[in-house]
This record gives sequence, C-alpha cells and structure tokens, in this order.
Amino acid sequence: MFKKLTLAAAALALSATTSLAATEVTWWHAMGGELGKKLEEIATKFNESQSDYKVVPVYKGSYPETLTAAIAAFRANQQPAIVQVFEVGTGTMMAAKGAVYPVYKLMKDEGESFEPKSFLAPVVGYYSDTQGNILSLPFNSSTPILYYNKDVFKKAGLDPEVAPKTWKEVEDFSKKIVSSGAAKCGFTSAWITWVQTENLSALHDQPFGTLENGFGGLKSEFKFNGPVQIKHWANLKKWQDEGLFKYGGPVGGDQAATMFYAQECAMTMNSSAGRAGVINNAKTFTPGFAPLPYYDDVTKEPKNSIIGGATLWVLNGKDKAVYKGVAKFFTYLSKPEVQADWHQYTGYLPITNAAYDLGKSQGYYAKNPGSDIAIEQITRGTPTANSKGLRFGNFTQVRTIVDEEFQSLLAGKKDAKQALDSAVERGNKLLREFEAAN
Amino acid sequence: MAGPPFLCPDQSGRGSMDTKKTTFNNRLLPYLLLAPQLFITLVFFIWPAAQAVKSSFEREDPFGLSTAFVGLLHYQRLFEDPNYLDALSRTAVFAVSVTALSMLLGLAFAASVDRLVRSGKVYTTLLVWPYAVAPVVAGVLWWFLFNSSTGLMPFFLEKIGIDWDHDLNGTQAMILIIIAAAWKQVSYNFLFFLAGLQSVPQSLMEAAAIDGSGPVKRFFNISLPLLSPTTFFLFIINVNYTMFDTFPIVDATTVGGPAQATTTLVYKVYQDGYLGLNLGSSSAQSVLLMLIVMVLTFVQFRYVERRVQY
Repeated sequence: MFKKLTLAAAALALSATTSLAATEVTWWHAMGGELGKKLEEIATKFNESQSDYKVVPVYKGSYPETLTAAIAAFRANQQPAIVQVFEVGTGTMMAAKGAVYPVYKLMKDEGESFEPKSFLAPVVGYYSDTQGNILSLPFNSSTPILYYNKDVFKKAGLDPEVAPKTWKEVEDFSKKIVSSGAAKCGFTSAWITWVQTENLSALHDQPFGTLENGFGGLKSEFKFNGPVQIKHWANLKKWQDEGLFKYGGPVGGDQAATMFYAQECAMTMNSSAGRAGVINNAKTFTPGFAPLPYYDDVTKEPKNSIIGGATLWVLNGKDKAVYKGVAKFFTYLSKPEVQADWHQYTGYLPITNAAYDLGKSQGYYAKNPGSDIAIEQITRGTPTANSKGLRFGNFTQVRTIVDEEFQSLLAGKKDAKQALDSAVERGNKLLREFEAAN
Repeated sequence: MAGPPFLCPDQSGRGSMDTKKTTFNNRLLPYLLLAPQLFITLVFFIWPAAQAVKSSFEREDPFGLSTAFVGLLHYQRLFEDPNYLDALSRTAVFAVSVTALSMLLGLAFAASVDRLVRSGKVYTTLLVWPYAVAPVVAGVLWWFLFNSSTGLMPFFLEKIGIDWDHDLNGTQAMILIIIAAAWKQVSYNFLFFLAGLQSVPQSLMEAAAIDGSGPVKRFFNISLPLLSPTTFFLFIINVNYTMFDTFPIVDATTVGGPAQATTTLVYKVYQDGYLGLNLGSSSAQSVLLMLIVMVLTFVQFRYVERRVQY
C-alpha cells in the first residue's frame, strides 16, 4: 500500500515537473463557437505531440476586440506571444515595427524551415513586405463566393445547375426570380466593403489605391472612385429600387445570411468560410456555390479575388525560449495534415499548396462539390498590383466610411459618384492621419 | 433616505442640514474614513481622466512606440470636422428626446400608480422591471421588435403605410434608439416620482380637496411643485445617462448607423478610439464630452436649482 502511494506520488511529482518545465506560449485569438473549439483542438494536439512547449489559446472576443486587447497589453508589457489579427489590421501591425517580430525573421532565427513558395501566392502576398518577406503567419483566410438557392432557381424556371457568371446574368436571373414570385428578392450581399468594393476592384483589375494598393508605402491614396466601382454602385442602387437587390446591413451584413436562409433572397455573396453555416442552415433547400460574378464588358478574364480572414502575429518582448516554442508551433501549424483538417472543417482556404494537394488526393473536393470554388477563384491567373491585396492604415475606420456612404447611396441622399468620391476623400484624410502618426 | 433619529424631521420628512453638528475628536479619523472612497475615485476616475487629457494633446501610434506633442491639433480638427459637429447636435436631440420622453412617461405612470390603493404594488413591481434589464439586452430586444425583415413592429407599421427600415432610414434609426433608451429609463424615473408623490403631505391634498379642487388641479398645483427637487435630480441623472450609459443600446441596435445617423458623442469616442485606434482624437473627444457634462451640471445647479422649491 505504502509502495503504491509513493509510486503515485513520484509519478505525480514527475508529471508536475514536466508540465512546469514546459514553456508557455500564449495565443490570443478571436475564434468563437465551433471555430474556437477546433482551434483549441489544434493547440491541444500540438501540446500532446511534444513536452517542451505548451500553447495556451485565449479567446479575446471579436477581431477588433482582440487587436485592441493585444495593443493595450503590449503597452502594459503584458502582451501574448501570438495574436490573431484580421486582415484590416494588417496595416496597423506592419507599421508597428518595434512591436512585431516578423515571422520570416523568427523562423530564420530559430532555424525552422520556412518556405514562402509553399504557401498559396495570393494568401502570402497579402502578408508580405515589398521584398517578399512574410511578416505574419497566414492562419485563416477566406474569400467571397456566390451562394444560390437551387430550389428557387427551379421554381423561377432557371436551370438550378447554372449559376450567373456575369452581373448581367445576376440581373436577368433576379428579374425572373422576382417576377415569377419564386422569391421576394434576387440577391443580397454580406460585406459591401469587402465583397462589392474591394473584391470588385481586384476582379476587374481596378486600383483601390495608389502605390500598389498601399503595398508601396504609407503615402498611398484611395482610388476606388473609378468608373467600374461607380458603375457597380449605381447598379446596386438601381437594382435595389427595382426590388432585385436587398441590403444586408453594415460591416459584415448579418442580415444577408438571414434573408438567404429564409429564402427571401435567392442569392447571396459571402465569405467562403460561411459555407459550413450555409449547409447547416439550408435545411429546406439545396444550396449551390459559384464564383463571384463580373462585368464582361469590363473584362473577359476576371482576376483573382482577394482574401479576408486573419493571420498570426508574433509580438516582441518575450523570452528567447518562448520564441523557440512559437517557431515550433508555426511549423506544426503549417503541416499539410493540420492545415487540410482546419480548411476542410471550417471552409477557410488551405494556406499551403501541400494542404490543397492533400485534400485533392483525399478526394475531399470531389466529395464536397463547391468546396474548391474559393481556391480556384483565388488562384486563377497571375495576381496584379490591383489584385494582390490591400494595405492601408486606419482601414477599420475606412471600411466604416465606405459603409456609411453606401447607406447614403441606398437612402437616395447621394448618387454613386458622390458617395464614392466622398468615401475616397474621407478615407484619404485617415490615411494622412495614419502616415503622420507612424 | 430616512434621516437619523436625532434630526428633527419636518412635515415633508426632510431634515435641515445644520440641526446638529457632529464633532470628531480624532483628527485623522475622518480622512481615514474617506480614504477608501478617495482612493477609488483617484484610481478609477481622476487618473484615467488625467491620462485622457494628456493623450488628447499627443499624437501616438496605437502601440505607444512613438509619441509627439501636437498641442490643440486634435481639438482643432474636431471642430472642423462636420461629422463631429453633426454628432454634437445629434447627441443634443437624443438627450433631450430621451430625457423628456422617459421623464414624462415616468411621471405619468407614477401619478397613475399613486392613485391606486390595492394594486399599486403590483404595478410598481411590473413598471420597475425594465430597469433590471441590461442595456445590451434592452437594445437587442428593441432591435428584434423593429427588425425590418423579421420584426413584429414593421409588420404592423406596414399596415398603416409606414415602410420601416432603420438600416437605411436615419430618422427611423434615431427613433429606435430613443425608444430603447427611454424605455429603460422610464422605470428609474417612475420609482423616484412615485416616492416623491408619496411624500407629498396628505394634509395639503385634503385641504385642497375640501376647498373644492379636483385631482387634476391638485396634481398641477400641489404635487408638481413639491416634486421639483425630484424632477431636478432626475433631469441631471437622465442627461448623464443619455450622454454616457446609452452606448450599449446604440452598439446593440444600430452600431451608430446608417451613415452615422445614430453616432452619438460617446459612440464616436468608442469608434475612433477602440475600433479605429486613433487615441489622440478619441481622448480629445472624451475630454470634450466630460466638459459638456460638467458645464451642463453646473448650469443646472446654478440656474435651474434657483427655481426649484425645496
């Protein structure tokens, strides 16, 4: 009996020392619900795979909340080693040179292999500096796609297997859908800023701002009041007046998903990461998936779409041992099987080519039609200066401004040109403000 | 608040301040007793407020890596910014509407309940209920009721020819937050008005009744003047409430939109500072907001209080 007890005590002491010896790596993230559970599972699996480091994920709320919390913590010298920052915060993080430990440098310092070429080009391009160095580790990236209701299409006399390719078709299909009474509205859209302005510009190879959409430095200015953007916004207003388009609300446009699930609108445009949600909510109808539409009188070959989502940034001011752990964890995260699992479970893009290939060889895309649309859309053609992404400071506020001007347009207070001109003018003020502060 | 027994209560239950003076022999004791409160005020109010004043004169990147003194630049920018000036007048409209609506309703309910003998308690409980609801929940509640695609209210409003869509119509969005903010505050006002009405001396009411004045006349000529200290107190509380505490309601219903139609001063502080990480301008806005409330309170005490009959 006594022997047993001592043994147990010894075992306990042993396990206690091992867990004490493990260096803790804090990871602040913004993934709630199912996504958060999956994220924690990844951390747990990494912790079980070795005993030197322990990654501790902490949920800090929404993306802006997580970013603000990390910044406040940094100022108080209480920062986490890793923080997940959404793509609009990229400009802010890149400008904070003293606060950030660039990932390419970290991996080099710690002797971990890190090959930019192994990542999907449009994903990694968004987060690299002008020399092609990756500053933050891509984690969850998505891109907008078109979702449509096959049953409503059938009811309206349309072929349920054919999604609209161009905006002209979106208009024609919507007219049929509304006039036949198959649904109350043709289409809606989440994220007016991201989908109908930023991605619209990229798809049609139109500049969103000068200096390669801000990649070239802080002196860039917005340019998204060009003819294509004006035409598209004017169309959206016209289609709203005709009852073909319904506004889904500001920022993420939460109402868009609601209207699509309720079969009020036959089509919606939203992040590819919304795929799981669509499948779960489309209980009474069959959803279809398609690439975003484009104007065929502007381009015959639409460019790649741009990404949204978040990356992992490493913050300065931690012990060397912690960074060693971060590097090991990042290597683990980039493994094809870890990436493929995360991508297939969540609907986010596979970050590495290897993860995409693994999914292909597993037959995942064949089994889940529509799951590869986002990947194909983001990897088509060669990214141009206008389609490789955006990098602007104060971009959260700029998006708010774009939302506000779009609301003014829909409310009939401004026409498309006035609204976009005003958004550009107000946005430029924020860019100058950011330039002065950094 | 019942006075201590050694004070001489007058008819209305209010003791005058200088009936009795308590003396402390220990000089240190009063400070010691005040210390915890002073400490809390210092740490949670004075210090952050001083920080805000300091950073309102500075331009700083979010991480605090570089700081530059810019003087009054942020203030100057604010007064040149039409969005800020709009937010200022919008906040005035919002504060006046919410205060007026919630105080009038509170008074009306209190006057009605005061006349009830038996069911008064039940109504009081029911009317105080909304106050227990957290502002965010109140916001979400009204947001659901007025949701343009799934809400109950737009359904009925459509029948009388009103097309409700607060996602695009700024006036409707403003009405929505006024209703939500006032609804929550009615309970508070009701409770104080009811207490005020119940402390109106019965003898006065009886005398007036004998002289032949009806309930309406008694209310306006006796109750209302005697309620003026309560009204004055509630006025200040309500203005402060709309200035500061309505943030969750705006955030949960309209997020300041559409096109800034419901961006009040306090919401703008949050948007620019918390979401936009523009700490300098956001601090300047906080300081201005603080000044506005201080001036309002000062004016209220200095001028409005003179007309109040205690």
